[in-house]
Amino acid sequence: MTKQIILAAHFPGVNNTTVWTDPAAGSQIEFSSFVHLARTAERGLFDFFFLAEGLRLREQRGEIYDLDVVGRPDTVTVLAAIAAVTERLGLAGTLNATFHEPYELARQLASLDHLSGGRAAWNVVTTPNAFTGENFRRGGFLSYADRYTRAAEFIAASRTLWDSWSAEDLVVDGDSFARTPAPGAFAFHGTQFDISGHFTVPRSPQRHPVIIQAGDSPAGRDFAAASADAIFSRHSTLEAGQAFYRDVKGRLAAYGRTPDSLKILPAVSYVLGDTDAEAQEKAHHIRRQQVTPQTAIRHLEQLWNRDLSSFDPEGPLPPFDPDVSGESIAQGRTRLFDDPVATARAWRSLAEEKGLGIRDLIIEVTGRQSFIGTPAAVAESVDAFVQQDAADGFILVPHLTPAGLDDFVDRVVPLLQERGVFRTAYPSGGSTLRSLLGLPPTSPASVASFLGGGPA
Amino acid sequence: MSQLHLAVALDGAGWHPAAWRVHRPAILTAGWWAGLVAEAERGLLDFVTVEDSLAPPSELPGVPVDRADRVRARLDAAVIAARVAPLTTHIGIVPTVTTTHTEPFHIASAIATLDYVSTGRAGWRAQVSARQAEATHVGRRTVPALHTARPDRIAEVVRPLFDEAADVIEVVRRLWDSWEDDAIIRDVATGRFVDNRKLHYVDFEGEWFSVKGPSIVPRPPQGQPLVTVLGHATVPYLLGVRGADVLYVTPDSGAHAAAVVSEVRASERAEGRDGVPLRIFGDLVVFLDPEPGAAARRKRELDDLDGAELTSDAFVFTGTPGELADLLVEWRAAGLDGFRLRPGVLPDDLTLIARELTARLRERGLFRSAYPGTTLRETLGLSRPASRYAVAGGAA
Repeated sequence: MTKQIILAAHFPGVNNTTVWTDPAAGSQIEFSSFVHLARTAERGLFDFFFLAEGLRLREQRGEIYDLDVVGRPDTVTVLAAIAAVTERLGLAGTLNATFHEPYELARQLASLDHLSGGRAAWNVVTTPNAFTGENFRRGGFLSYADRYTRAAEFIAASRTLWDSWSAEDLVVDGDSFARTPAPGAFAFHGTQFDISGHFTVPRSPQRHPVIIQAGDSPAGRDFAAASADAIFSRHSTLEAGQAFYRDVKGRLAAYGRTPDSLKILPAVSYVLGDTDAEAQEKAHHIRRQQVTPQTAIRHLEQLWNRDLSSFDPEGPLPPFDPDVSGESIAQGRTRLFDDPVATARAWRSLAEEKGLGIRDLIIEVTGRQSFIGTPAAVAESVDAFVQQDAADGFILVPHLTPAGLDDFVDRVVPLLQERGVFRTAYPSGGSTLRSLLGLPPTSPASVASFLGGGPA
Repeated sequence: MSQLHLAVALDGAGWHPAAWRVHRPAILTAGWWAGLVAEAERGLLDFVTVEDSLAPPSELPGVPVDRADRVRARLDAAVIAARVAPLTTHIGIVPTVTTTHTEPFHIASAIATLDYVSTGRAGWRAQVSARQAEATHVGRRTVPALHTARPDRIAEVVRPLFDEAADVIEVVRRLWDSWEDDAIIRDVATGRFVDNRKLHYVDFEGEWFSVKGPSIVPRPPQGQPLVTVLGHATVPYLLGVRGADVLYVTPDSGAHAAAVVSEVRASERAEGRDGVPLRIFGDLVVFLDPEPGAAARRKRELDDLDGAELTSDAFVFTGTPGELADLLVEWRAAGLDGFRLRPGVLPDDLTLIARELTARLRERGLFRSAYPGTTLRETLGLSRPASRYAVAGGAA
């Protein structure tokens, strides 16, 4: 059977892939930019809109990083406002389980689900990072090992809250507002949270907002298999995507779940041209906008962990090894190099082998999966990845704000529709994001078995 | 004669515990809230506030009310505010967010973002959470039991929570200022998106928390969204004086209003608050009907349905829109800048406020016939403050 493709739109944010120098680039913060991208995604019948998050401004060499877009709005606030200017588009936000508390976040998400007619989704992330913790009362940070424990307990506590009102508890009829005098009773006692009382939000349209996760480690894959409705991934080839897909879907049975209950959605960029050559040329130009001479040097510094500002961006890489003795000069970045010395040596031999200067080398090593070509070629590739089980769909990461998705919606979506692999209208009636994605009505409560030390 | 400022406080189905029985409103839907705020905007009101607490609605602090015949549900006020903001163009939108349990950094980001999505109409009602029920929901701290404290010791018990709230307001304001207005430079020649000398650490270190900064959100359209506080006594008045732009007070007569205003102004002098004086709004619960005597009858019927007479921290008014206009004029003479009216039943009492009360006040030259600008600060006649860090001219 032909699989239907899932499509989501990422608002370009704090990352050097967002090209702010382009004359067509608009505001990163004015609400009109968010409205434009969301309405474009809805015009293209996309499944959901996606926002990233960062809770401290990044720094390098002790200064706030100034080359990329800096600053972004509060996630839930923007999603609630977008709910007012869209009707069917899902609203997914990255929200940190380290620097929120379950009661307040579950309440905000359930409120968003009510006020959007069942369109809320939550990308669960954690931060093992004292640098970000300096903005919060909690003040501390999690050890890497505790990340999944807190995230799993956070989700379990949230599901407890979302389940605290039964479907029948809200009455609003006769003499009764609620079926019982004190509805919403809950208690959750774990190693991270010890909470009890009464939840103020009756069951929302989706009951549980859609839960999304990222994570490529074995623990991350198990965590997603236990508790997520969708997982982000990043794989550059069809084969690597297929291997990930097989592995993650294969973990579901242990948690009593079917393969359809977890959607695999790689984040990808794309470049369209009237001919393949034109698309390749545009892609090359975009990469050089993304990796400016200054960006190339700063990026190199993140691996070398030294001041390299005296190096020529078009010249050779440093002949010496990275500094692995000191504290990282880059703070607030998620990208980590497990073995900087080995990576640096690999980069140096790659540069020598291909005759690349620093900037071209950085362009080479920081590229992400990207569909580049004519609309027909891109539609064919997107479809191939889905039909051949390397993905269930894609989160598109445009490089321009806010019009970066316009050409995909205008030129590629119609071709996917012609192929019969993408919807031509939203389903009639008040369908939720959960049903739009083809997920089961509620999520399985497998988190407990994950917390219990492994699959049930 | 200067004009009155008018706000309305929105809470579920209205402020009477039996209000939900009148229209059986769908208080969990966007349509309910959008309709209310649109009505308030048609009436040219200054702003709406949205009530909230982390515990189910309850009439008295510290006393849980478990009754199936009362509203037991409430959505997050900041989410409601953001949901209705893009549907309106002029009215201010002021959600309630607790200072006791919510991270100051999240409050600063959320209200700044509300200012963006409303293009300059955001405010915040900073509220202390003194209930144990709320504390057990969050599970991070305990608060003293209020109902066991002697009434004369309540101030002593809650004072630390109010001191902490003052710190929260201070750090939120610093975060709003932490980006200078012209920090985003987009300088293609040097490849710099932002001038990081115009981004500032707030470096707040207090008794209860510390926050490094800067904000993740660029400085909001109003520079500083409106900060408001409700107070019934000296301790919360002081919080208003120290941190707020608008203080809601709850007098029960014109003479009481004069005494409260006098105490607050004295506190302003004692605290050395200079610059813009605190705007003081009187809070009233209102039941209106064009027919004399009918509003009191409506309220009594609701009292009967609820099985108890309505009690409130604020004065409960029943009467015609004209009678309410008379009372507001009288109380304003005591020095109040405006009023925050709490409609007893929604949308009925809101509709009469927006259509009839404003008309009666306008006849007397006491209420506007158009919004003076587009931001909430402009509506209230407040200027846009400069960033304290820009004024200081210091480096990051």
